[in-house]
Amino acid sequence: MINNQIIRILSKILFPFLIIFALYVQFHGDYGPGGGFQAGVVVAAAFVFYALVNGLAKLKEIISEKLLECLVPLGVLIYSGVGVTSWILGGNFLDYSLLDKSDPSHGQHMGVLIIELGVLITVAATMLLIFYSFSGRGRKGDS
Amino acid sequence: MEFINDLSIYFGRINHWVTIFLIVSGLYIIITNSNMIKKLIGLSIFQTSVYLLYVSPGKIIGGTAPIISPQFEVYSNPLPHVLILTAIVVGVATLSLGLALVVRIKEEFGSIDEEAILMNSFEDQE
Amino acid sequence: MFDQWPSLVVAVPLIAAGICAIIRYEFFCWLVSIITSLVSLSGSIFLYLTVKASGDISYKLGGWAPPVGIEYRVDIFACYLLILISLVAIAVLIYGRKLINKEIASHLRGWFYSMYLLCMCGLMGIVITGDAFNAFVFMEISSLSMYTLIALGRDKRALLASYQYLILGTLGATMYVIGVGLLFNVTGTLNLIDLSIKIQPILDTPVIKVAMSFIFAGLSIKIALFPLHFWLPNAYAFAPSVVTTFLAATATKVSIYLLMRYFYTVFGFSFGMSSELIIGIILSCSILAIFVGSFSAIFENNLKRLLAFSSVAQIGYITLGIAIANNAGLTGSMVHIFNHALMKASLFMILGAIAFQIHKDQLTLTDLSGLGKQMPFSMAAMTIAGLSLLGVPGTVGFVTKWYLIQGAMQNGWWWLVVLILVSSLLVLIYLGKIIETVYFKPASNTGIEMNELPGSTFIIILLAVSSCIYLGFDTSLTLGIAEEAVNALVPEG
Repeated sequence: MINNQIIRILSKILFPFLIIFALYVQFHGDYGPGGGFQAGVVVAAAFVFYALVNGLAKLKEIISEKLLECLVPLGVLIYSGVGVTSWILGGNFLDYSLLDKSDPSHGQHMGVLIIELGVLITVAATMLLIFYSFSGRGRKGDS
Repeated sequence: MEFINDLSIYFGRINHWVTIFLIVSGLYIIITNSNMIKKLIGLSIFQTSVYLLYVSPGKIIGGTAPIISPQFEVYSNPLPHVLILTAIVVGVATLSLGLALVVRIKEEFGSIDEEAILMNSFEDQE
Repeated sequence: MFDQWPSLVVAVPLIAAGICAIIRYEFFCWLVSIITSLVSLSGSIFLYLTVKASGDISYKLGGWAPPVGIEYRVDIFACYLLILISLVAIAVLIYGRKLINKEIASHLRGWFYSMYLLCMCGLMGIVITGDAFNAFVFMEISSLSMYTLIALGRDKRALLASYQYLILGTLGATMYVIGVGLLFNVTGTLNLIDLSIKIQPILDTPVIKVAMSFIFAGLSIKIALFPLHFWLPNAYAFAPSVVTTFLAATATKVSIYLLMRYFYTVFGFSFGMSSELIIGIILSCSILAIFVGSFSAIFENNLKRLLAFSSVAQIGYITLGIAIANNAGLTGSMVHIFNHALMKASLFMILGAIAFQIHKDQLTLTDLSGLGKQMPFSMAAMTIAGLSLLGVPGTVGFVTKWYLIQGAMQNGWWWLVVLILVSSLLVLIYLGKIIETVYFKPASNTGIEMNELPGSTFIIILLAVSSCIYLGFDTSLTLGIAEEAVNALVPEG
């Protein structure tokens, strides 16, 4: 599809907007419908769109499979890191209120945002990894 | 009047009927098909019935998203949505693992028809 | 820090799984897994001591009070299972490092440990959580990692076994969650304790009965109770031997735990039983499981499949204890959860060790012929573990049978006593077949150069087999915990 000018240019224009929309969904999750799962899928969709237009090989140059394999557990570690932090601060596992001792509700906001960041990373990386492993199968070289 | 009451029992809970329909059709697909991809589709339909079962009673007519604000008084129950978000993620994970297994099976056995594979590979075992 | 143990035993394996997945260096991952299971084991023992001293623990996850928040609830029964899982996890890791290196390709080993830890995290989670939906999530965590572990088997049929387990296992989990959904729709709560209170006034309505049936059917698939056991033989046979050992000792037991939780804690069955129908179904399924499983084992040639069918039969004994439904019967099944894990883990460990020594994946009966002289240690261990499967006095298997028979006699079910005794004879047939081949047939693999058994493997097998005998004589340890667990589950018992 690299030869089709309209699609190529459209993809270039759309890509940043897709990412911004994902970030909007991510941060809006604090006040309204949204959150890490949805945002992660939108981020992954943006990259999949890029791969559909420019080819899988091009995308693999930007985000290698090795990097994704590290990002998936990294998200899990961010998530559990919040839990460990609340242990250290003397509370129960995942007790966000302790993240900001002076203002518990601010701590709740912080906790949720960090957790959602972990979710975003894991979901986006997993989705891309699934895309990689299915689309790279049974083909000699990338399209 | 009694007749109307009966009707409301049968049609007033349309969401439950759809749930039952999804459960049964999902099970039917899983049992009758020997194509592995179709089985996974059946499994997904079966899981979808759960989403409906949880979410539909959580919706309150006229209710809005459960974010407290002075403008609104009636809110939907947020808990089923959160649960089903988790269940959807579990479903996606199961589906992708199942598909990955089918890809590997196709590479190893050269077929995705369960019965054909079972006929060919489990008989020479004895 | 000590009051954090309930979350530690679940969260530490989760974090360790993440670390293993990033640093996929084999020895490092193995070390992390060992340390993790040690932490979990010490946590479980600490929890047991605390619960014994000062009663049940309720842990508020995230600081939210139940029934709104997720509650981790620890009683003696939960501690019993926690100790079992972490003990098996650590034993399998020490036993299996060389076997893992042999059976699993080098670039997958890091992922293997990661999945192993996730599986452990899921199983611990199911046991410790006091929330119905949370149990489902943990169930799926453990199941998904289990499907992956099974698919790592070197035989290509492992993929098929894993696929079949995936379809059936997901069906089971989904049925469970439908049941939970129905309960949630009528009561509006997911906390098991809260559920058990709110359910009391509406216990006779059809919704509760439908929910109970869904939960029972779903968990039966996970337990591999007789007519729903079809995934089990292939999954056990084609998984890597380390995975088979871990799976056989823990996975089905945890589902039985959950089933008992629902029957006794949520639906509030008391002895004398409120639901005749369900008890009838469990009773007939268990008896059929014992006989069909044993018969299939008699005619099976592949040894891992043979032991898997014997697992189906042994699971029948555990559920039989639930159906007998008096103190002795339930104690019997409680003890058998541990005893069966011990015996089956020993047997699968020995099979794995033999397969390691004679360089073969799928052992058949003929492979064993004449090995009695070539591997005197492994074969003696196998004979002892087999005898305790049979229930010879002086082994752990006898303790279970003794309690089950006592329970049946208290109910006045003499026919059941006869059936239990007859079923032991069936075990004798397939065990006799193995022992005959081992000691009285001419050797068939004389030409093969044998691998040396690694020292750690040797020690773990020795420990497992000797505890088969030790716990058969000194029953106070397992029986003590089992009786406390029964009292925790059925307070008036």
